[in-house]
Amino acid sequence: MTIVTRPVLTRRRLIGSIGAGAGSLLLSGCDRIAASPTVQNVLGAGEGLTFRAQRLLSDRTALAREFSALDMSPVFRTNGNTAPTANGYERHAAEKFANWRLVVDGLVRRPQSLSMAQIRTMPARTQITRHDCVEGWSAIGKWTGLPLKLVLNAAGVLPSARYVVFHCADDFDGDPYYESVDLIDAYHPQTILAWGMNDELLSVGHGAPLRLRVERQLGYKQAKYVMRVSLVASMAEIGAGKGGYWEDSAGYQWYAGI
Amino acid sequence: MHDPQQRSFGGGDLIYRQRRPVRLWHWINALSVFVMLMSGLMIFNAHPQLYWGQYGANAETPWLAIGAKDDAGFLKLGPVTIPTTGVLGLSGGVERAFPPLVTIPSSYDLAGARQWHFAFAWLLVVPGLLFWLWGLITKHVQRDLAPTPAELHPRHLWQDIKDHARLRFHTGEAARRYNVLQKLSYIGVLFGLLPAMVLTGLTMSPGMDAAWPWLLDLFGGRQSARSIHFICAALLVLFIVVHLLMVVLAGPLNELRSIITGWYRLPKEKAR
Repeated sequence: MTIVTRPVLTRRRLIGSIGAGAGSLLLSGCDRIAASPTVQNVLGAGEGLTFRAQRLLSDRTALAREFSALDMSPVFRTNGNTAPTANGYERHAAEKFANWRLVVDGLVRRPQSLSMAQIRTMPARTQITRHDCVEGWSAIGKWTGLPLKLVLNAAGVLPSARYVVFHCADDFDGDPYYESVDLIDAYHPQTILAWGMNDELLSVGHGAPLRLRVERQLGYKQAKYVMRVSLVASMAEIGAGKGGYWEDSAGYQWYAGI
Repeated sequence: MHDPQQRSFGGGDLIYRQRRPVRLWHWINALSVFVMLMSGLMIFNAHPQLYWGQYGANAETPWLAIGAKDDAGFLKLGPVTIPTTGVLGLSGGVERAFPPLVTIPSSYDLAGARQWHFAFAWLLVVPGLLFWLWGLITKHVQRDLAPTPAELHPRHLWQDIKDHARLRFHTGEAARRYNVLQKLSYIGVLFGLLPAMVLTGLTMSPGMDAAWPWLLDLFGGRQSARSIHFICAALLVLFIVVHLLMVVLAGPLNELRSIITGWYRLPKEKAR
């Protein structure tokens, strides 16, 4: 014996299916609106407005809050790449970065190549600051490193330079990680190339031997495993031209102050 | 009182109740709040856990968490875990705190949601500030929204709560003005929830924290601000639900006409 069940259109089912239908219509409608170039332009204009408004409201040298040792996160989680393999990184890590060099090039008068030993003997700044991931979590840690301003002064930035690009040793599926900031953030007193964290040498998970700290922006700007600092007039020729790995690959905002 | 735009106080007459700036702001705000809420839920989905204090990440204990474990969605509120499969954490086979139906964009897209959220924030803040200014200068706030001392008397408040619970709304002359619960909720949203949303939102911005360090002291840290931002959003959703319910119960066509054209028909006095 077979039991044939016929779909019975009850009121509840009808309302349910109308609801689901309207829902999926709304979904595809919303996503189609979102994908239109006009909408993208309007949203992009909003982003530009936010960047300019923040720059207008904050002094160039306005400092990110510095905390006391008591405020530090007991555990500072790692994020992004935590064990690079490209660019001979594993060999450098085994050598305790004795042969790692930081190259400073591009639109500078005196290109530099600094060893970690040199960098660690140069003047350092220590700051306990909050790291904010774009996803929403925060961790407070203590960073020690070389103010980027000193590196830029040593190299002699040419007037045509507008951005500082940080080239990193890590990659995602062969696309190298890089990030960039403008000269206002590059010369900011809290912008450092950190080699120490929480009173120890920077660990591999957190970006050894050198990572950028640019404290007024989100986590994805804090480039780890920095090999080369390059001054450029435009980002057009680098990666997909949007100024950073996450900007290129997933549309994250170049200005990450919000 | 002499007003040429109305002929009698008996009820049943059309009166000009909502002025143009009120109607304009209402609809601009409806759009921006709608987009802000939906894109905000997508942003929340990127780290669906809330903490108190200056910091908070995976090693800390959240006071609220939404997630999925062993093919079941859950909402964790302090020590209590509530199963939410099909709604929160896990729905339609997708592990996501808030389901695609209520987020902008509908797919997991943190960068896209942030773009929507911050662009529409301008549409929330600029018209909001202009409406504040207009409301205070023309005394709309003082005359129409601020409750009078008599209205704030506990007996009057209690009477209004009882009337609302019995769905007995004001008629005739009394319906010309907002009732006290309406006034309190509008004032609460306009001068409480919306500014709190904006300020806690700004506190999450590392750039704004450098520009206005007092934000961190006001809310007790970035993670506290994130929590308060979420709680205020939930209260805003509650307001919208009650607001829409009241519109439906009080006569949706009349209410819609008044917020679109400004003209409102006074409900006739009924014999009780």
